[in-house]
Amino acid sequence: MAAFEHPYVPNASAGPRRRLLDALGIADVEALYAAIPADLRVKGVLDLPAPLPAEQDLRRHVAELIEQNRGAGDLLIFRGAGCWPHHVPALCDEITGRGEFLTAYAGGTYSDHGKNQAVFEFQSLIGALVGLDVVTPPTYDAAGAANSALRAACRVTGRSGIVVPALMNPDRLEQMRGFVRPTAQPRAVRQDPATGQLDLADLEAKLGPDVGAVFLEQPGFLGTIETQGAAIAERVHAAGAMLVVGVDPLSLGVLAAPSDWGADFVTGDIQPLGIHMHAGGGCAGFIATRDEARLVAELPTTLISAAPAEGGGVGFAWSTPERTSYDTRHEATDYYGTTQWLWGIGAAVYLSLLGPKGLAELGEVIMQRSLYAARAVARVPGVRVPHLDRPFFKEFVVTFDKPGATVTAINRALLAHGIVGGHDVSRLWSGGPAMLMCVTETHDRAAIDRLAAALAEVLS
Amino acid sequence: MTAPRNGFHAARWNEPLIQDLSEPGARGLLPGAVEPAIRAGAGDALARVPAHVRRAAPPALPEVTQHRVVRHFTRLAQMTMGFDVTTDMMGTCTMKYSPKVHEHIVRAARLADVHPGQDPETLQGVLAILYRFNRMMCAIAGMDEFTFQPASGAQGIYTNACLIRAYHAARGELGRRDEIITTAFSHPADAATPHVAGFKVITLMPGPQGYPELAALEAAVSPRTAGLMLTNPEDTGQYNPAIRAFVERVHAVGGLCAYDQANGNPLLGIARAGDAGFDLCQFNLHKTFSAPHGAIGLGCAAVGVKEPLRRFLPRPVVTLDGTRYGLDDDRPDAIERIRAFLGNVPTVVKAYAWVMSLGTEGLRAVAETAVLNNNYLLANIRRIKGVAIPWPENTAPKLEQVRYSWEPLHNDTGVTTMEIEQRMVDYGVQHYMPSHVPVLVPQPFTIEPGESLTIEEMDHMIATLRAIAAEAYEEPEVVHHAPHHASVARVDDGIANDPATWAFTHRALAKKRAAWSKPRSAAAKRHAGY
Repeated sequence: MAAFEHPYVPNASAGPRRRLLDALGIADVEALYAAIPADLRVKGVLDLPAPLPAEQDLRRHVAELIEQNRGAGDLLIFRGAGCWPHHVPALCDEITGRGEFLTAYAGGTYSDHGKNQAVFEFQSLIGALVGLDVVTPPTYDAAGAANSALRAACRVTGRSGIVVPALMNPDRLEQMRGFVRPTAQPRAVRQDPATGQLDLADLEAKLGPDVGAVFLEQPGFLGTIETQGAAIAERVHAAGAMLVVGVDPLSLGVLAAPSDWGADFVTGDIQPLGIHMHAGGGCAGFIATRDEARLVAELPTTLISAAPAEGGGVGFAWSTPERTSYDTRHEATDYYGTTQWLWGIGAAVYLSLLGPKGLAELGEVIMQRSLYAARAVARVPGVRVPHLDRPFFKEFVVTFDKPGATVTAINRALLAHGIVGGHDVSRLWSGGPAMLMCVTETHDRAAIDRLAAALAEVLS
Repeated sequence: MTAPRNGFHAARWNEPLIQDLSEPGARGLLPGAVEPAIRAGAGDALARVPAHVRRAAPPALPEVTQHRVVRHFTRLAQMTMGFDVTTDMMGTCTMKYSPKVHEHIVRAARLADVHPGQDPETLQGVLAILYRFNRMMCAIAGMDEFTFQPASGAQGIYTNACLIRAYHAARGELGRRDEIITTAFSHPADAATPHVAGFKVITLMPGPQGYPELAALEAAVSPRTAGLMLTNPEDTGQYNPAIRAFVERVHAVGGLCAYDQANGNPLLGIARAGDAGFDLCQFNLHKTFSAPHGAIGLGCAAVGVKEPLRRFLPRPVVTLDGTRYGLDDDRPDAIERIRAFLGNVPTVVKAYAWVMSLGTEGLRAVAETAVLNNNYLLANIRRIKGVAIPWPENTAPKLEQVRYSWEPLHNDTGVTTMEIEQRMVDYGVQHYMPSHVPVLVPQPFTIEPGESLTIEEMDHMIATLRAIAAEAYEEPEVVHHAPHHASVARVDDGIANDPATWAFTHRALAKKRAAWSKPRSAAAKRHAGY
């Protein structure tokens, strides 16, 4: 093949290519592909679009495609359900955009000391939020974190049964079903739709001797706040099972840490902590637990430990890699690979910026804005907010009385007003059309009032 | 001759932990107050939460000024050897240049601040990219449909295992087909993830050529075989020329074949998974397709399948109806979602931009150059005293990487590959990758140059390894006690492996640091059998 000029492939140019071929004493690179049988070789060229090697052409092309999207700059987004519109501080972007972090990979104690410290600090800051001593680096997402924790809890208890709340996030439940398929199928415990509270009698009934792990969301998927945490944990533990709680870490400036009321594992998504939504690419999870060797042994991820450096400083080392699927291979009980560490560094920046006061203030701001929004929406004729008299965090259910109304149709009509309405939870709610509305610190009074006015017009 | 980088010293800021920078009252960011109308309308929203559910004491987060946070994380960045900073040839990782223009593209608000649940009408740009890149990957791999949902190579391989499971389950054969076959030099995830998905896993060991003989496969296949999951070239850089026969043998007993293309960089435009008969495959967009490795993620595995497996791909699948793109969520036969939403969308956009920049000719130039570079390194590294090349019977050229051995050097000097790895940092290069498990090559080191580096940069790496080898022979103490010029002094990593002393958070460190000075338990043996 002829020489090829491109800045990403310097040695494809004629000069260097010639030098390399000469150094190897071969006339053509074909000689190096001798191991690949001729009948497996690509004949001709791949059917790909004509390339845009000039940077300005490439940038224009991709930017033109991206400009066909509309985002938070164009629309009022009242959608959460696993990925939430929050403010991203400039410094989070600044640090996650640093080339040293962005292009680092598997460097160890000495070559990537800074990366390892940043991720240790991520572990530490999440540990401070959830009140636990062991925290993993970022995992793939919240569901993946919960899945790993549930199967870990089952291995610790020597049982296989998994119990989940009936009103949990259905997409996350789907991920869970897939992951635990070889060992169990999750069984649902009733939640009172009117309050979002777990049905303790049903929990007791479901806590058979085979149950190893119980999952609970706090806040619940529908935004409600579970107030019986300690009673739930007590029952779970009395039955010999372990409690895995999925949290919104941003709520932990105002809500009690689940470890305080008995959670054995705490999991969640860090996207709210200074990470853009990125069409869902902003999601990343974490797993936290107590500092017990039997629990740590079941964690699937790398863990960064502090360790003494000569001369009195602190360094960082990857702990106990023999736990991970890299070492256990065909005996692996969970798997691990490249995860979402860059977002962990972003979340560490975020929590460092906010501090204890900021996180508490932000939690309160979100509760005030979402409550104001819920009340504003509930005043629209034909709209109800079933949990209006209960505490909720960031998200709340909205139902519609209008005969024949569907969330799809309402959202389409809202879009004409430049508004992305709530996530459709009609199937989960089973009481007519229902959407899960999300209100964060980014929604000011004007935005919320616009939502209420648009809803009124759409439903009139 | 190019010299190693003498006189280097990494930045060493002795930067405290962020918690230890806390000063009472310092603020890094103000969340802002709500408008009076919101306050009036909502009242004390927090008071509605019962006291026992409210946080009693604020979380122990640090209080740090914004500027100090900037400095802190900038200093940590400076103590990190990313590919932007220095040469990194870590084998199996396909380190390459991640074009800066991609980073600027994905920061656009209309990508960064987009919710995945928006009406597809408002996501036409991202859906167009996902759809088009899907067709492009099909052309590159010889497959019929891709999903970009998995967020890492391991998760992509796990997805392959789930697809194989769903295929056999749909045919009512899962119960009696419960074995997956892989090879010792395939990525550990090819053995691990099928086991997690419920399969028994059989690992084929390498023969005299460094990869398994067909006879080893013959002995392993049976009516119980659900599938074959492997890399080729394996992590040794050696291509198994009998791959077609492997695939045919597994197909003959009714199994599926999944091609882990984590080592696919030398094959772009050269050989396709589909043409070798594979039913499934997976590429790492954060490696082969230039998206940055992100300090260990944001990854993306592009998982491709042939037509009979399309119906099992997880929802949602991007569709094109005339000129409008949509999302198909109604997929009754699909495996369960692997990751939230659409996966790491920015990673896919970067990979799309990379292929659009290079085109078919460019992809082939990437592959050929990666192979050329690797063989140039091999020709030079094999001449360094103390280096051995495993499987001397195999005289075929290596493709994109080589697993070398320091066994002669270790026998002569006592210096280990792990010590050399640590010494590399003193010369201002990222360390190499020794080996995945199982460690079958004594004192292994694995080097993959990729296509991004100039001859001078390669010569510099060769000179560095030669210099360290010379040190091992002449002044081994220097290597034994390396590193000397890193961002941190030598660390006692035994502490990190002992339950009595490990500390994974600042709060744990506060409790356990006192135990660091006590004698350690037998459990605190250093990991790694090499």
